Amino acid sequence: MEKVLEVKDLHVTFTTYGGEVQAVRGVTFDLLKGETLAIVGESGCGKSVTSQSIMRLIPSPPGRIADGAVLFKGKDLTKLKESEMRDIRGADISMIFQDPMTALNPTITIGEQIIEGIMQHENISRQDARKKALEMLNLVGIPNPSERLKHYPHQFSGGMRQRIVIAMALVCEPEVLIADEPTTALDVTIQAQILDLFKDIQKKTGVSIIIITHDLGVVAQVADRIAVMYAGKIVEAGERREIFYNPQHPYTKGLLNSVPRLDLDGADLVPIGGSPPDLFAPPAGCPFAARCGFAMEVCDRVYPYKTHLSRDHHVDCWLQDERAQKMLAAVK
Amino acid sequence: MTGYIIKRLIAMAVTLWFIITLTFFLMHSIPGSPFNEERNTSEAVQRNLEKFYHLDEPLYVQYGMYLKSVVTFDFGPSIKKSSQTVNEMLGRGFPVSFELGIVTLIVAVFSGIALGIIAALRHNGFIDYLAMTIAVLGISVPNFVLATLLIQQLAVNLAILPVATWSSPKHMILPTLALATGPMAIIARLTRSSMLEVLTQDYIKTAKAKGLSPVKIVFKHALRNALLPVVTVLGSLAASILTGTFVIEKIFAIPGMGKYFVESINTRDYPVIMGTTVFYSSILIIMLFLVDIAYGILDPRIKLHKKEAS
Repeated sequence: MEKVLEVKDLHVTFTTYGGEVQAVRGVTFDLLKGETLAIVGESGCGKSVTSQSIMRLIPSPPGRIADGAVLFKGKDLTKLKESEMRDIRGADISMIFQDPMTALNPTITIGEQIIEGIMQHENISRQDARKKALEMLNLVGIPNPSERLKHYPHQFSGGMRQRIVIAMALVCEPEVLIADEPTTALDVTIQAQILDLFKDIQKKTGVSIIIITHDLGVVAQVADRIAVMYAGKIVEAGERREIFYNPQHPYTKGLLNSVPRLDLDGADLVPIGGSPPDLFAPPAGCPFAARCGFAMEVCDRVYPYKTHLSRDHHVDCWLQDERAQKMLAAVK
Repeated sequence: MTGYIIKRLIAMAVTLWFIITLTFFLMHSIPGSPFNEERNTSEAVQRNLEKFYHLDEPLYVQYGMYLKSVVTFDFGPSIKKSSQTVNEMLGRGFPVSFELGIVTLIVAVFSGIALGIIAALRHNGFIDYLAMTIAVLGISVPNFVLATLLIQQLAVNLAILPVATWSSPKHMILPTLALATGPMAIIARLTRSSMLEVLTQDYIKTAKAKGLSPVKIVFKHALRNALLPVVTVLGSLAASILTGTFVIEKIFAIPGMGKYFVESINTRDYPVIMGTTVFYSSILIIMLFLVDIAYGILDPRIKLHKKEAS
């Protein structure tokens, strides 16, 4: 499949009074055409920073893309001029933010907010832009769109607003849609509707989606591939089935064990002890070592190599290292 | 909407009545009267004068007569300058004060908002600090000090502008500058802080993610939301500036109405005190009403009239 977006060894740092925070420390992944990639991880692991860095939307200063490349159709986005980047935002790569209650400007009608995005990127008349906005609102399931265009955000419910935000993001037919926790602020039934909408729209438009979330339930519903992030690194990535049924990194296992399940008793819920490392001074070795039940001395000292378990599935863990596996086999 | 306006007008009338009543009784509780000065007037003359102005009547009768005069917009003759009526004094002074006030307001609002926006966009940068230093100076330096400095530098030393009086646009520059600096500083600080708050909002991020230019983001998405607090102070600011300022008008020998506020109280000129107070209060109340209307225009979430909840 064709690669739409390639993120290569991305490093993002924030300068604060306390020193440099290394929020993203060498993230590499590809996004294929028409697929949904989920980036999961707990708060502060760098998933939002990664997504905003792709769009170059991290507040700068204090934020800075320190190293790495973001290739979109062969162009390195990190090297573009700000004006060139503006042409990409909204037109080729779009973004949806977490809270639909605050993501829309309260003083501008939703029609105008959608239309201004179209007019920014496409050389068409206001009339045509309006027509396009109507089609899009129809597509995301806003009833009576021509009337609704004239309404302000406060006249819509949360779920409706998220639909409008999605319409706004997709109206210029971008190739990549980055959704940062798109369902976190919604209640569960609306969540399901919005996730269905994502799948539906992807089928119709072929857009590639990066969905950022900490909710494994959401991941299970929409993702084709999953990247698990921890302390600014992708520690494990693979097809959805492989990650859910054959997780190899102790952190991924820990995440899956801490999800409540209907088929098990509540007593089986196992939280991951401890807390993520300090990203002012990240550890030299595996950042999860301090919380890991299987940690060895090497884990503390050297960051593990990437081990490929299958074509897509790879993990950064010494336990999966070839040599460890060989030894295990010998003992058995 | 009309229902709302009628309701507001009634409320405004009630407010005005409160102010009038309060001022009337406060005014009469100040010791002294318009006629006991050093000038020796005979008992009979004094009594006749008091009789003429109904000052010999009991207070409640005077109050009743006063209410009547307010309703008919006829404040009667001044006691101290008996050749003039209060209406004539206000009619002569107000247009001048209003002219100075409008120019001042325009200068203060535009430069204040511009300064605030620039400071917010360059948050914690050199320009921000510079703008805020100017703003702090503007707030803390009294306008009579500034006026004197301006006259000394621009009118006396450099001799490029007239020292005082009110006759040509050139004459307007110094008093406008002296009068506008304070309000400009207030507006700049307010704009900056509310702009800084608005710029961190999610919808600004959304606007950026749409690929809008910084100019569009600031003027279309941020400014309108940031202006609400500015509009709030603008109401009372406008009322006080438009009705003249004693100090600036005195320094620049401008024949506005600012002096009547102070002089009338010193001389116990009851009709003028009441006239200026009622006039100022009316303007203030009208301004506050306009501010509320402006809220509704700036922010659609603020509903001025009850409509069906959607």
